[in-house]
Amino acid sequence: MAPKSASSIKSTSAVQTLFDAYTSQTSSRLKFIDAFLVFLILSGVLQFSYCVLVTNFPFNAFLGGFSSTVGQFVLTASLRSQVNPENKGVYKEVSRERAFADFVFGSIVLHFFVYNFLG
Amino acid sequence: MAIHTQVWRAVYGKSADAIEKSVENVDESIRAIICIPRLFPFTFGHVDGLPLSNNVSPTTVANTASLLRIVAFGLISAAAIASRLFAVINFESIIHEFDPWFNYRATRVLAAKGFYEFWNWFDPTAWYPLGRVVGGTVYPGLMATSGVIYNFLHYFNLPVDIRNICVLLAPGFSALTAWATYMFTTEMKDSSAGLLAAAFIGIVPGYISRSVAGSYDNEAIAIFLLMITFYLWIAALKQGSALYGTLAAVFYFYMVAAWGGYAFITNMIPVHALVLLLMGRFSGRLYVAYCSWYAIGTLSSMQVPFVGFQPVRTSEHMGALGVFGLLQIVAFASLVRSHLSSKQFQDLLTVSVISMGLLGAGAFIVMTYKGWIAPWTGRFYSLWDTGYAKKYIPIIASVSEHQPTAWPSFFMDLQFLIFLFPAGVVLCFRDLRDEHVFVIIYAVVASYFAGVMVRLMLTLTPVVCVSAAVALSTLLDIYVDVAEPAVPENENSSANGTGAATADAKKAKKNAAVGSQAGPNAAAAASSTLSDIVNAAKSSSKSSPSKQKGIWGADARLVIILNAIGMLVYFVFHCTWVTANAYSSPSVVLASSNPDGSQHLIDDYREAYYWLRMNTPQDAVVMSWWDYGYQIAGMADRGTLVDNNTWNNTHIATVGKAMSSPEEIAYPILRQHDVDYVLVIFGGLLGYSGDDINKFLWMVRIAQGVWPDEIQEPNYFTPTGEYRVDERASDAMKNSLMYKMSYYRFAELYGNGNAIDRVRNQNIPKIGPTLDYVEEAFTSENWIVRIFKVRKEDPLGRDLKSANAFAQGKKRKRSKPVSRRRAVV
Repeated sequence: MAPKSASSIKSTSAVQTLFDAYTSQTSSRLKFIDAFLVFLILSGVLQFSYCVLVTNFPFNAFLGGFSSTVGQFVLTASLRSQVNPENKGVYKEVSRERAFADFVFGSIVLHFFVYNFLG
Repeated sequence: MAIHTQVWRAVYGKSADAIEKSVENVDESIRAIICIPRLFPFTFGHVDGLPLSNNVSPTTVANTASLLRIVAFGLISAAAIASRLFAVINFESIIHEFDPWFNYRATRVLAAKGFYEFWNWFDPTAWYPLGRVVGGTVYPGLMATSGVIYNFLHYFNLPVDIRNICVLLAPGFSALTAWATYMFTTEMKDSSAGLLAAAFIGIVPGYISRSVAGSYDNEAIAIFLLMITFYLWIAALKQGSALYGTLAAVFYFYMVAAWGGYAFITNMIPVHALVLLLMGRFSGRLYVAYCSWYAIGTLSSMQVPFVGFQPVRTSEHMGALGVFGLLQIVAFASLVRSHLSSKQFQDLLTVSVISMGLLGAGAFIVMTYKGWIAPWTGRFYSLWDTGYAKKYIPIIASVSEHQPTAWPSFFMDLQFLIFLFPAGVVLCFRDLRDEHVFVIIYAVVASYFAGVMVRLMLTLTPVVCVSAAVALSTLLDIYVDVAEPAVPENENSSANGTGAATADAKKAKKNAAVGSQAGPNAAAAASSTLSDIVNAAKSSSKSSPSKQKGIWGADARLVIILNAIGMLVYFVFHCTWVTANAYSSPSVVLASSNPDGSQHLIDDYREAYYWLRMNTPQDAVVMSWWDYGYQIAGMADRGTLVDNNTWNNTHIATVGKAMSSPEEIAYPILRQHDVDYVLVIFGGLLGYSGDDINKFLWMVRIAQGVWPDEIQEPNYFTPTGEYRVDERASDAMKNSLMYKMSYYRFAELYGNGNAIDRVRNQNIPKIGPTLDYVEEAFTSENWIVRIFKVRKEDPLGRDLKSANAFAQGKKRKRSKPVSRRRAVV
C-alpha cells in the first residue's frame, strides 16, 4: 500500500522532499482528513495481522470490521480527492458540499452492511 | 459553423468582405437558436439548422421535448409489457417451464409465512432423503421482490393473487429494463439514441425469450439490474461521484441477491477500470467511482447466504480485488507525484514498483498454495473450453441452454440489430470517451459468451440494443437533418444542368466556369450570388474540407430514411411473430391445432401432476429425471429424488442408473430411496420430442460418470452405432427401466397395426416389454406422462419376477393388472 516503506539510499532524499512538500503545500483541512486515513490504515493493519497471526475464527466479524476500515478508507480518500483544490478541473459536477453529502451517504450504506454482517 | 456562414452569404448576396463583421454576430445568433434543438435531438433533430420562429421560447421547446419523450417512453413501456402477454392470452396465467415452478413455490412460502420463515426454510421433500436448505441455497432477490409487491398491494387492500404477481413480474420489469437501457444509452450518445435503445430492448426476442409473462425466473429482474448497475457505474465514472458509486453498489447487491450471473458485473467493471488505467486515463473520478462501488458492493454481496465468503475466496472475484488494490497504488502514486519533481518521482517509482511487484506475486502464490483462494469452478471452465463440460461435467452439458449457440439463433433473437451492432461499436471508437470503452469491452466479452452458451445470449442482447441504437440514431441524425450543405439545390439546378456540386475544389472551379458562361442569361443578382457561393465553397474547402461533405436533395435522404423505417417496421413484425410463436409457450401446456385450425391444448402434465396430488399419499416419493423435479414439487406437492437444482451429481447419477439399468438392478435402488412412484415423459404417441427417451443418453452418460463399470454408453447403441428403439435396439436399451416404462403396452394401442413411435419414426415391436417390479398406475390422455407404482417386496420373500410368473401361471384370467388408463384415441 505504501511505497514509502521501500527504503533505499537513493530515495531517502526523495522521501524527505516529499515530506517537506507535503507539510508545506497541503491545507490543514486535508491534513485532518489524512490523519483519519492514517488511523484507518493502522486499524486495518492491526485487524489483518490479528486475523493472520491469531485467528480468523468469526470470519464474518473479521470481514465486517476489515471491510468497514477499507470502505471508510476509500470513501474518505474519495472525499479528500474531491475537496482537494488541485482537482477542481476533474470534478466538474461535484461541489464540496455535494462531496461531503456523498461521503455521508456512502458511509451510512457501508455501515448498514457492516452492522448486518457482524452477526 | 462555416456552413451557416456560407448560407448567410448566399442568401444576402453580398461580398464576403463587406459583411464579415455582421456575419460574425448573426452567426452567433443562429447558433444560439440551433443550440436548443441540439439538446433534444430526438424531437427536434429534424429542425436542426432551421431557425425556429421567434415567438417560441426555449423553455417551451424544452418542455415539449421532454413531454414528447415521456409519451414515447410510455408507449415503449406499454409495447414491452403488451408483447409479453401473448403467453397469458394464448394460454392462461400460468407459471412456465421448470425453474419458475420452484421460484413460485418458494414465493408462496415467503408470502404466506413471512421472510424469516422463508430464510430458515428447510424443504424435506426435495432431494429425498437429503432435503434442501432452501434459504441458504437460493438467490432470494426474485422471491423477495414478489413478496414486497404482494405485501404492498395487500397493505392497500388490493387482494391480488401471488400467482398473478409472479406471472406478471417479468413484463413489469421489462419496462424498467427499457428505462435503464434508455438511461445507459443516453450516457453513450443522447436521448434520441436512448429512446431507440429502449424501444429495441423492449421488444427484442433475445430478451423476451426470458421474460414473457409467466417466465418467473431470476433473469426476469436480473437484466434490469444489470443495466441499471452499468448505468450507475457509468454515471459515477463520468461525474466522479461517490453517490452514484454507492447506488451502483446497492443495485449490485440486488443483482447478487437475484442472479448467479452477477459475476458478469463483478468482472466487467474491473476490466473496464483496468483498461482505462492501461490507456493512461486514470483520474480521481475513476478512483472514486470504482472504490466506492467495490468496497460497498463486495461487502454487501457477502450478505447473501448463498454467496457467502466467495467474493474473498474464489478466483472469479479476485480480478476485482486486484484492480481495487492497483487503483489504491496508482492513486497514491499520483498524489505523491503532485508533491514531487519528476526526477525524484521516477526514483521512488522504480523502487516501489519493484518491491510491490515482488510482494504481490509472493502473496498470491502463498495464498493459492495454502488453498485460501479456491480454484476456478467447472461452470467457469466450460465458458472457455466448450468441450470441457461434455468431458467432465455432463450434468452441465446436458442442459440445452448450455449448448453453444447456433448462428441462426442470433438472427432469430436480434434480427437487424445484429448487423447494426458492429456499426455501433465502430461509432464508439469515433469519440472514444470512457463510457464508450465500456461498451466496446462489453460488446467483445458478451459476443464471445453468447457464442459459447445459448443462455448467455441474454447478456449480449442489451449491448446489441445499445450499439444498434447508437448506429441507427447517428444515421438518422445525419439524414433527417434538413440543413443543406453549402450549395442550395435550387440555385444550383437553375444555374447549370449538371448540378452535381461536390466537395472538392476542382469541381467547384468548374462549376464557377459554367456559372459565368450562364451568367448573361441569368439575372445579375443571381450570378453575383453564385460567385459568392463559389468563393465561399473554395475558402471553406481550403480551411476544412470535411465540412463540405453532406447530403443534397430530398431524394437521397428519402432513400435512406425509408430504408431505415422499413427495417424498423420489419423488425417489429419479426419480434411480434417470434414472440407469439416461439417464446410464449409455457411448456407445461402444449398447443396444437385441430384440423379446422382452431387451437387444441394438450394438458397432460397438469393432468398427471393433479392425479399424483389427489391419489397418492402425502409423503409419497416420486422418482423422475431431474427436469421434472420442480414441477412435481410445485404442482403435485410430492417429494422428489432429484430436481432442477442439480447440486448433487451423485444423486442424479443414481436416478440415471436406476433408469438405465434392468429392472432387477433398478429395484433395490428404488427401494433404498423409498421411491413409491416413477414418472416418465413419453412423447412417442404424439410426436412430442422433448421426452425422456430423447434425454435418455444423458442419463446414461451421467450414470456412467459415477459407475463406469456398470453403465456404458456404447451398450445403448446398436452395433452400427444407431440410437434405435425398434426391434433392432440393443439389449441394454431394451432391458432398461426407462425403455420398458416408456413402451409398456404401447403396441397394444394400435391393435393389429404398426405401432409407430412418432418422435423417432420407428416401429415398436408387437410384443412389448413386460414389467415385474413396477406396475402402471396412471397414463395421461396423450400418453405424455406415465406414472408407475413401485411394488412392495413379495410377502413370501420371493423375488418379484418369479412371484409374477407364478401368479400368471396360476391365474391366467387375471393376468393383466387393472389399468387406470383412460381409453385413448
